[in-house]
Amino acid sequence: MQIVPFLIIFPLVVSVLMFAIRVNKVRNFFAYLSAVIIMVGAGVLTVQWGMQGFAPIALQYDATMVDHVILAAEIILMILVTVLSFKYKKYWVSLLSILPTGLIAYFELNKPALEEVGQIYIDHLSILMCLIVGVIGGLIVVYAVGYMHGYHHHHTEFEDRRYYFFALLFAFLGAMFGFVLSENLLWIDFFWEMTSICSFLLIGYTKTPEAINNCFRALWMNLLGGCALAVGIVYFGYNAGVVSLHGLVDLAVAGNKVAVIPVALIAFAALTKAAQLPFSTWLIGAMVAPTPSSALLHSATMVKAGIYVLFRLAPAMAGTTTGFMIALIGGFTFLVTSIMAIAQSDGKKVLAFSTISNLGLMVACAGVGTAETIWAGVFLMMFHAISKSLLFQDVGATENALHSRDIEDMHGLLYILPRLAIFMFIGIAGMFLAPFGMLISKWAALKASIDERNIILVFFICFGSATTSFYWTKWMGKIISASHLQEKTFKDITKKNEVISLTIHAIMMIALCVLFPLISRVYVTPLINEMFGFGENVLPDAILYTLIVVIVLVFAVPFFAHLYSKHAKVNMKLSYMNGINTGDNRKFVDSMGEEKTLWLSNYYMHKVIGSRKLMVPSQIFTVAVLLIMLSMIIGGVLV
Amino acid sequence: MKLGFAYVLLYIVLAPFIGGFLEGLDRKISARMQRRVGPPVLQPFYDVKKLLNKQTITVSTSQMFLLITYFVLMVLTGALFFYGADLLMCFFVMSTAATFLYFAAVVTSSPYSSAGAQRELIQMMAYEPAVLLTCVGFYLAAGSFNVADIAGGAMSNIVFLPGFFVAFVFILTIKMRKSPFDTSASHHMHQELVKGLTTEMGSRNLAIFQITEWYENVFLMGVVGLFIVNSNPISIAVAVAVILLVYFLEILIDNSSARMKWQQMLKITWVVTLLAAGVNLIMLMVVR
Repeated sequence: MQIVPFLIIFPLVVSVLMFAIRVNKVRNFFAYLSAVIIMVGAGVLTVQWGMQGFAPIALQYDATMVDHVILAAEIILMILVTVLSFKYKKYWVSLLSILPTGLIAYFELNKPALEEVGQIYIDHLSILMCLIVGVIGGLIVVYAVGYMHGYHHHHTEFEDRRYYFFALLFAFLGAMFGFVLSENLLWIDFFWEMTSICSFLLIGYTKTPEAINNCFRALWMNLLGGCALAVGIVYFGYNAGVVSLHGLVDLAVAGNKVAVIPVALIAFAALTKAAQLPFSTWLIGAMVAPTPSSALLHSATMVKAGIYVLFRLAPAMAGTTTGFMIALIGGFTFLVTSIMAIAQSDGKKVLAFSTISNLGLMVACAGVGTAETIWAGVFLMMFHAISKSLLFQDVGATENALHSRDIEDMHGLLYILPRLAIFMFIGIAGMFLAPFGMLISKWAALKASIDERNIILVFFICFGSATTSFYWTKWMGKIISASHLQEKTFKDITKKNEVISLTIHAIMMIALCVLFPLISRVYVTPLINEMFGFGENVLPDAILYTLIVVIVLVFAVPFFAHLYSKHAKVNMKLSYMNGINTGDNRKFVDSMGEEKTLWLSNYYMHKVIGSRKLMVPSQIFTVAVLLIMLSMIIGGVLV
Repeated sequence: MKLGFAYVLLYIVLAPFIGGFLEGLDRKISARMQRRVGPPVLQPFYDVKKLLNKQTITVSTSQMFLLITYFVLMVLTGALFFYGADLLMCFFVMSTAATFLYFAAVVTSSPYSSAGAQRELIQMMAYEPAVLLTCVGFYLAAGSFNVADIAGGAMSNIVFLPGFFVAFVFILTIKMRKSPFDTSASHHMHQELVKGLTTEMGSRNLAIFQITEWYENVFLMGVVGLFIVNSNPISIAVAVAVILLVYFLEILIDNSSARMKWQQMLKITWVVTLLAAGVNLIMLMVVR
């Protein structure tokens, strides 16, 4: 399996290359080429693994050399963080990097005799992650080439450092491959730190005061998680004499007390990465960066790393206090951030809040940790990855054309920028509408949380799904409303490569929806089987047939209805405005007898449920929950 | 299996007649409550027939296709229910149908229609938790989401689910667009909202909307009946009696209350849902 080291190292090499090439056209060419190679590489890995029978494979290398390289790289990252922290006068942040790196280095040099296990582990879950990172990450790179060209064309105030931007994108992809394929916890720790620092540098790309501020917030929150991770790993290494992820999960499932604290600490670390409350603010602040980096952070990388770890730990957390804590935080985040999303009118902010909210549901699924919830969680992850990547790219392209990303300005987008509007519609539909997978995942999550008698989670899901539908439907309605504008004032200036990426995303979205039952049977059920050792089809046949009927109808009915109504004879009339229309539906006579343009707006209720009102109380609540429950867990083992 | 299809067929054929007839009764009883004579019981059918024969007048050409989709999805909701399929799926399809109704209203960019649609959306947010929790209740009581299993139990589910019943009847007022919660399409004339959501629906489009409402009402009454029905055939008669009683209650509430603001509606509905369904749920989880 030469492809595994290739997948990890190749993006890192490309990253250096990107940094070195300063001619845009040449760099763009290599970026395209490398993105395609990465996508193909992820495919090749899948095929090679499939030819070996779709069974989990642990690869073992004589990796003393690699261990040393990784340790050296980790120290370099630490120095980088320290230098930047001092440069921007955030001295204390450097401590969060120095402490865990020191701890890991100490452990590396004084480690006990460790049991020899593989460093790389390939199974259904890691292959799925590789495909998400490879395909969606690759497409984002393709999109970024066109987007960044336009970005620097419009934003002349920022220094053009595209070489740096692309270097980071590829480094990020390499780190993600390393992260999801590693079995050795020390490697996982390194790649973890690397994703934290890549995202930190990406967020700070524009170097505005706001960007600097937000990127340091992202940095300290993620490094805090990194600290917990390092402590968990070292504690586990000394006590159990093994530093492999599966070793940890197996011990925990067997009920060994040694594994309790590491599982809790690593799960805590995953919460920071998945931007759950109280750590949600970093992901919202991350929006200051150019759109491709948001797309990358929200869909293919970063936050998915947190979810990936939680899925891995799920069997270990099922039925434990840690599991309860994670499910509680996840469910709470799902509800509260979806309420906050209602109050946002900035398109990207809605996407950010909805990401956090959806991640909350996945986190809750992992916390409950049964076969059913992980099944639901895996589907949520797949749908979310494609849909969010599509939406971010689309909002970015819309912003370039419309010079605004406010949802209110997207009124009648379908008639102004039809192509982008249709992509947006597909993306949003994928997020919540039947028959797209979100619903069926919600179905499974709800059923499992009832079976587990998790009353709180049942409430969070019921209320959270109501609020989720609200903000999405509102947005979709805005897109299809008849436009306020008289003629075509905006031109669709989306670049060809952006359209290619968007189209592929839209096709994948629809394919995932249609093939959903098939994917469940041939891929996700075996994944569950691997994780839990049993795996009857989570989706009962009755539901499956219902679902197929719904899928067929929801796609076919609007189509035929549209054909029918197109040929129906209609008499067009003006809309009702108490008889004061002025000839069309866009203007009316105001009380001064003058013509006034009609503007329609959605409800936002920002005074009641805005993030300013809700964020701090919910952060306080979640911090309290985390503190109390972590001390209960750790105290319970130590005392 | 065959029985399921027979029910579906019966539903598709009979539901508009039952729904229309219930509406006729509704108008008659409402009129008597207001000391009027009221229209004949068959008046809703005359209205719809007249609407169907008129030429289509509309503000937006796409409205009709959105309404047809709304109609088909709502029929599908009921069909799934009477077939005995998964209750949660029924409600998911119903909420998708409702989304298309919202689209049909906002696609016009008409001020009254859009204002009504926004409120419709808030209504959806208000009733959805209660609807989902009702499914949860049935699942706990009967051990299955399948309507067929729920209806085939030895005991009526209402024994376990009194709180859920209260919550469901409460949101029924919203779903049936009855005062005090008729915020999206006020059915009484001369209000600030004109006819809200339905302002721009005329002739054939309005007929489609009306017929869909009938299908929807029959489906909702079916869910009310599901609380009562068990394996004993007599329970069906009881269920019909309870349905008529609930319908009468809705008419009574409609005629004795003034319209609320949406803020109050949202707050009250969620509080009632939390209290009635929530307490019931906690007790049920302890028992079962």
